[in-house]
Amino acid sequence: MLEITSLACARGAVQVLQNVDLNLIAGEAVVLRGPNGAGKTTLLRIIAGLSPALSGQIKCASDSIAYSGHADGIKTNLTVAQNLNFWAGVFGQRDITTAFDAFDLHDLRDRPAGEMSAGQKRRLSLARLLVTGRPIWCLDEPTVSLDQENVARFASAVQAHLARGGAALIATHIDLGLADARIFDIKPFMCRKLVETDPFADWEAA
Amino acid sequence: MIGLLIRDLRLSVKAGGGFGLALAFFLIVSVLVPFGIGPETALLREVSGGILWLGALLACLLSLDRIFALDWEDGSLELLATSPLPLEMVAITKSAAHWITTGLPLALVAPLLGLFLNLPEDGFLWLVISLLVGTPALSAIGTFGAALTVGMRRGGLLLSLLVLPLYVPSLLFGSMVVSNGASGEAVGTPLALLAAISLGSLAILPFASASVLRVNLR
Repeated sequence: MLEITSLACARGAVQVLQNVDLNLIAGEAVVLRGPNGAGKTTLLRIIAGLSPALSGQIKCASDSIAYSGHADGIKTNLTVAQNLNFWAGVFGQRDITTAFDAFDLHDLRDRPAGEMSAGQKRRLSLARLLVTGRPIWCLDEPTVSLDQENVARFASAVQAHLARGGAALIATHIDLGLADARIFDIKPFMCRKLVETDPFADWEAA
Repeated sequence: MIGLLIRDLRLSVKAGGGFGLALAFFLIVSVLVPFGIGPETALLREVSGGILWLGALLACLLSLDRIFALDWEDGSLELLATSPLPLEMVAITKSAAHWITTGLPLALVAPLLGLFLNLPEDGFLWLVISLLVGTPALSAIGTFGAALTVGMRRGGLLLSLLVLPLYVPSLLFGSMVVSNGASGEAVGTPLALLAAISLGSLAILPFASASVLRVNLR
């Protein structure tokens, strides 16, 4: 589903990863491991298409990646249902009840998102993944501020997603309880060198 | 796209959304001007068109930095960038939402403020028409400025510096429409140029906004 070959990533003017090769097949979950600052977030942002790669290739079907970063992307002035309905509309989906079920949000449905705790916001943010309808989940520290019960909920949502033929790439430090998840340690790919940046490279390429 | 527009409009009328801010500012500026200039009705009559356009322009400027800043802070902008909506469409929708919450209400209350400033009666219709035709350009140019400065600390200040010079043509032709209309002269040419600026900015700037957003999101 996702095929990464000899990818090099930079954060700012520093190259942080080199020669990353990673394959993700349908029904597979890969847990991204690595020390702080190794480049997990950078890698995920490049896969999601937010940042350009220095070199290398990423092959996947277009519009197949659902990204979730450190920020929740929640409008505090809107209710939980309004927030989720908005994202469902953007991704052309209608059904938000499965997302509500998966993260047990029914009781919070009409609460303004600003009144919720950090963990509840996180659940809403993760529920958004289910309304994207996209097969590859790229998740950056998805379990931050979740309690044990909700980590388990998250794990079963991921399992259900894998069972539907999806795939997930998850950067995390904790054990999610995903039995057959493959661990991908990015430590061997770490590198630290300055990149010569050419501010006009983009324009020439275009 | 409709969903994004509705969300933005809904957010703008909630607490802290900024709807009404531009309107109140426009009202205060227009009411204060006669105090500054003095009670000479003949003088006010001369300058009223220009003052009203300037007031509308400054009021527009007030809410520009919120166009992308809030979505940037809570991470929604990143998520929108990875969604099926093209960023060009996001930029157009944001401009539209900004116009509906500032440009449109400004155009609608302007006649009332024209009354305060002793605008000649022939000018009222042209005031509303010129604002309706000209303010979309202010929103589109402002969206581009907001995209350029998103994520920047104290970006609002820089935004004003970037955007105000680009507002000059609209201000020029807009106030010309009002003053020509008020004195019974032909308004065709300045109105056509005003419309051209609006249509041109709406056609080109969403692409520029989207490409600078992509750079800023890296």
